[in-house]
Amino acid sequence: MGILFIEGNEAVAMGAIYAGCRFFAAYPITPASSLLSVMLERLPGAGGIVIQGEDEIAAIGYCLGASMAGMKAMTATSGPGISLYSENISFAIAGEIPIVIADVMRQGPSTGSATHGADGDIQFLRWGSSGGLPVIVLAPVDVRDCFTLTVHAFNLAEQFRCPVFLASNKEVGMTRESLDLATLIKPPVVERIRHTSGPFLPFAVKKGEDVPSFLPIGGAIPVRQTSSTHGAEGYITTDPVVIQATVERLQRKIESHAEAFSFFQLEQREGARTLIVAYGVTARAAQAACLALQEKGVPVSLLVLKTLWPVPERVLSEAAAGMERALMVEMNLGQYVHEVRRVLGDKRVDFFGKMSGELITPEEIVREALYE
Amino acid sequence: MNSLLNPTRPPVFCPGCSHDRSLRVLDEAFQKLGLKGNEIAIVSDIGCSGLFDTYFHTHALHGLHGRALTYAAGIKLACPQLKVVVAMGDGGLGIGGAHLLAACRRNLDITLIILNNFNFGMTGGQFSCTTPASASVASGFLNILEKPMDVCSVAAAAGAPYVERASVYRKDSAELLARAIAFEGFSLVDLWGLCPGRYTKRNPMSAKDIHTIIRELPPFDGPVAANARREYGSHYREKCGPPVTGQDITGMEVNFEPPVKARREVVLLGAAGERIQSAGLLLAHASILAGMHVTQKNDYDITVLRGPSISELIISPEPIIYTGVEKPDVIVALSREGVVRRRDIFTKTRPHTRVILARGVEIPASDACICEIDFKAHGFSKAEWALAAIAVLARAGDPVTMEMLTSALRQTLQGREPQEALAVLERTSLLPVEERK
Repeated sequence: MGILFIEGNEAVAMGAIYAGCRFFAAYPITPASSLLSVMLERLPGAGGIVIQGEDEIAAIGYCLGASMAGMKAMTATSGPGISLYSENISFAIAGEIPIVIADVMRQGPSTGSATHGADGDIQFLRWGSSGGLPVIVLAPVDVRDCFTLTVHAFNLAEQFRCPVFLASNKEVGMTRESLDLATLIKPPVVERIRHTSGPFLPFAVKKGEDVPSFLPIGGAIPVRQTSSTHGAEGYITTDPVVIQATVERLQRKIESHAEAFSFFQLEQREGARTLIVAYGVTARAAQAACLALQEKGVPVSLLVLKTLWPVPERVLSEAAAGMERALMVEMNLGQYVHEVRRVLGDKRVDFFGKMSGELITPEEIVREALYE
Repeated sequence: MNSLLNPTRPPVFCPGCSHDRSLRVLDEAFQKLGLKGNEIAIVSDIGCSGLFDTYFHTHALHGLHGRALTYAAGIKLACPQLKVVVAMGDGGLGIGGAHLLAACRRNLDITLIILNNFNFGMTGGQFSCTTPASASVASGFLNILEKPMDVCSVAAAAGAPYVERASVYRKDSAELLARAIAFEGFSLVDLWGLCPGRYTKRNPMSAKDIHTIIRELPPFDGPVAANARREYGSHYREKCGPPVTGQDITGMEVNFEPPVKARREVVLLGAAGERIQSAGLLLAHASILAGMHVTQKNDYDITVLRGPSISELIISPEPIIYTGVEKPDVIVALSREGVVRRRDIFTKTRPHTRVILARGVEIPASDACICEIDFKAHGFSKAEWALAAIAVLARAGDPVTMEMLTSALRQTLQGREPQEALAVLERTSLLPVEERK
């Protein structure tokens, strides 16, 4: 035990290894490349495999192959790389291939500013793949979250057989923090459900269930995987009834379970009229702002969302109940605020954000919170 | 041996398509090698070649255009005992060019069969990277302007240890494929065939013509002696050694009383190569030895060894919420680059803020207490200034002590020349510090 002084990226690597990740492939990109370094330092010695891809498309491709062969796999990148992952993200959705993808966001658009943080990919993570089916996105606030949410990310990827994103940020991934190992939260590790008896159809689901049971490529029974629209047996189908049932199942298997993994932190203050909503590193400035406001005699409540997609609608509605307004603060020009406005209907929802490469400060949030 | 062709899905290709023959000779090759369906993974991508995986009763993965080699590599690394065969067309070859080069250089035990029929059959007969300039295809004049690629020469240049160019109509094509599959390492077969649906309508060509053309091209008939080397997967596993278990991560233990039980915000302003971030890290480690919470946030340009290097630390007896420095207690100003990048920090000083200033560095006016030091005149090299500045703070006992600093140094620099760094700390005892407001 003892105290570590580590970056968020290193904590992600630790969480991944704890969760059973044994395959990691990435293409070097700031601010995600230290994750590749740490994995390369630790994983091969632990019986795992680390590969540096010739590009990001290859990096995620290697992971999908390894995951289909039964290994828990992860890749890490930043904005430009997430863009290149797109076609394989939709493959992971369609083929129900578990994978964890860390997006250590940097200021954009495009190649942007490599050594400065932002949260500019939040809508892109949800919608940046063809077909528009749902994915899971978790957003760590600090080093501690980087460990625990990575474990959750692997567990969810295994449980639902889908891609799960960690929406990190240079300011989380590359900021070092002291971390008392004795206080680390280690969720129990989940494994994908294996097919055990009877004939195996790679995409068949049991009655009342939405996730097919798994067998690995390379095992005793031949397994089919395909990126094309398929039926239960894994062959291309043109039957509209089968196709519609499949895409609805892919949506339902994630969205109908959303409340079971709506991670959040709610700080309610007596007499508050404003609810600040934040995620990622900005949640820390928001928390400091709420304490400063409290000292000024202005109670403001704070909702920190750690699951961004699927949108934790009930959490948002309940936290905002009785509030006069919500204030969304994020390191972009206004992305998640659209979800908050959608969920909160006619309630007043204000927005404050910037994407200058600098942290949003508690002072700025205090000013916005006091602005009527 | 029995055929591995899928009994429930008989192959369907255009009449006269050579893919039908390719499929059957591949099946024969599997049989010659005595392989069972669960010992093979066929990986395919998009196009007519992408139908291959469905016609076999083996493990199969059908993925995105040109990416088959990447999935195959992941499968092979995870599952070394499996025979992994990639079936790809000349279309997949073109779009996946980077993956082809990587596969050749890496030499993982995968067999790539390029079903080369000189055009995109499935999308209407457009030109591919192997379409001859003289051919008439569905891309208008575009193919006339480009030189087709000799994939065998490219693969050999990229390091593939096994390259063969052959017509699928050769009598021994099954033996040829079996040899490629049995080869331990990356093997590539450029297998030429005819596309009657799209290509040969406008470009009459017979099986005999294919033989003639191939005979005129540089010969590739299997092992490439110059590229013979160890297979990647087994080499990788040897490099890793057996898995080590129980390698628990241990952290630092608290064994000092903090000299100051208050929050301190410290900003180090320097230039790349001045070990600014290492000095910040040492200060953090020293503070942790006294049970303090610490955050360290660095800023630097993407070009190394040039430009500003900045490290911001917060040291606090309480958990740290916001990681940005708002009210600096200490500013260490060692280079113009860092000062220029963070001029704003000097507007946030208070009278108790200490600035450790290297002589000759200009800083904006502020109400802080300036401690000017001539590091150069006292024999400190530029790379030692940041460490020396931290030592000056420790000599004043705020936010750490010299004992904490030396203890942190010994713990973090184990076997990495702590003596040199300790000597720098020692030498700071003689440093005159000029204080002024």
